[in-house]
Amino acid sequence: MREIPASLITDAVQRMCVSANCNLPGDVRRCIEQSRACEQWQPAQGILDKIIENYGIAEQNSVPICQDTGVACVFLEIGQDVHIEGPLREAVDEGVRRGYEQGFLRKSVVRDPLERVNTGDNTPAMLYIDLVPGDKVRITVAPKGFGSENMSRIKMLRPSDGIEGVRDFVVQAVEEAGPNPCPPVVVGVGIGGTFDKAAFLAKKALMRPLDVRAEKPLYRELEQDLLERVNALGVGPQGFGGRTTALAVNIEWLPTHIAGLPVAVNLNCHVTRHATEVL
Amino acid sequence: MEKRITTPLTRQQARTLKSGDAVLLSGVIYTARDAAHKRLCELAARGQPLPFDVENAVIYFVGPTPAKPGQAIGSAGPTTSYRMDAYSPTLIALGLTGMIGKGKRGPEVVQAMKEHGAVYFGAIGGAGALLSRCVLKSEVVAYEDLGAEAIRRLEVRDLPVTVIIDSEGSNLYETGRKNYLASVKK
Repeated sequence: MREIPASLITDAVQRMCVSANCNLPGDVRRCIEQSRACEQWQPAQGILDKIIENYGIAEQNSVPICQDTGVACVFLEIGQDVHIEGPLREAVDEGVRRGYEQGFLRKSVVRDPLERVNTGDNTPAMLYIDLVPGDKVRITVAPKGFGSENMSRIKMLRPSDGIEGVRDFVVQAVEEAGPNPCPPVVVGVGIGGTFDKAAFLAKKALMRPLDVRAEKPLYRELEQDLLERVNALGVGPQGFGGRTTALAVNIEWLPTHIAGLPVAVNLNCHVTRHATEVL
Repeated sequence: MEKRITTPLTRQQARTLKSGDAVLLSGVIYTARDAAHKRLCELAARGQPLPFDVENAVIYFVGPTPAKPGQAIGSAGPTTSYRMDAYSPTLIALGLTGMIGKGKRGPEVVQAMKEHGAVYFGAIGGAGALLSRCVLKSEVVAYEDLGAEAIRRLEVRDLPVTVIIDSEGSNLYETGRKNYLASVKK
């Protein structure tokens, strides 16, 4: 059994809250820059140029790319042969507290969804824990903005709706969202599982690098097909028209019940942020 | 070619702006998001004075990040505007002439804009680091307890915005998409 002090998790979460908010990952940058090269519509070109300039400024000056520095989604893959010394949730929240303070990040969490008083330190984190083989801990911090989160959708389709039903639901979700989620967006899709698992898969799909496609050919082809359909909508960057409505469609799937076909769409803006460390 | 506008923005000036116009905005503007709008409208409902003069004013829907030492303001891009739809008509009736945000607005807001003469500007969502450079000065004028959601008085220079919905109700989200799709079909 490998022992890992909880304080190491605090330190890693603190570092990643800051770095994820100020440095856009390379895969997202490459995708935006490729989209700019393919974009023919002049207003859209101008917006993509500003978006590229913006993440350059953020990185150079270590300032947040976007003022919505999000709720901290923290994914922990904990090896079964690891023992964490100390309370885990407190360790993660302490990392968020320190990171958001040190990084001059916005505190955007309210204690109670109805009473709506700000917690003042961006805690608690949204924690996702998975047990995996091995003796490592893999931590991903993904600050999630709510302009795009609010445009996310879930539907329990009938098995007879099939792949066409999934396709229509995803394209419709992006079209109805229009300019609201700060396009160009990243479309995370979860198919199968249960009601809640489908939503989780959609969020997990947003963690996958934009240049990595689904392993199974069925879903790889569906990702490509959906990206083409979404980019034929004409919504464009910021909704001012153009080809670049989405940067990528990432699909994750799970087995499901004979009676069901759950589908969830979790949208992310062009500031698709995440950082990962392995302890 | 951008139009240069300096606040206060009169109703007459607001009516000259057209959907799709690129504008560089300078002068004083005020920040407010959901929680501040709620309080402003509660004051208005009781007939009490607001913490700043909304006559010919422009409100920026933004909750900035904390300023680092040496900065006037932290990152400061727009938040999604439809959450303010319940409140904007009240403020427009009181004299508000400009709103800066991103995303769709409801018919009740567009109606109020047409009736009173107001415009809805879009700033680039997700470009908060870039936009913060246009802010010369920032001070909290009300609701400090709301943190990022407090009302701030900003002095801005050449803040790049685009007229999305004008005082006649013409909407760039509809025309921009339509024109692009027509250009592809050619």
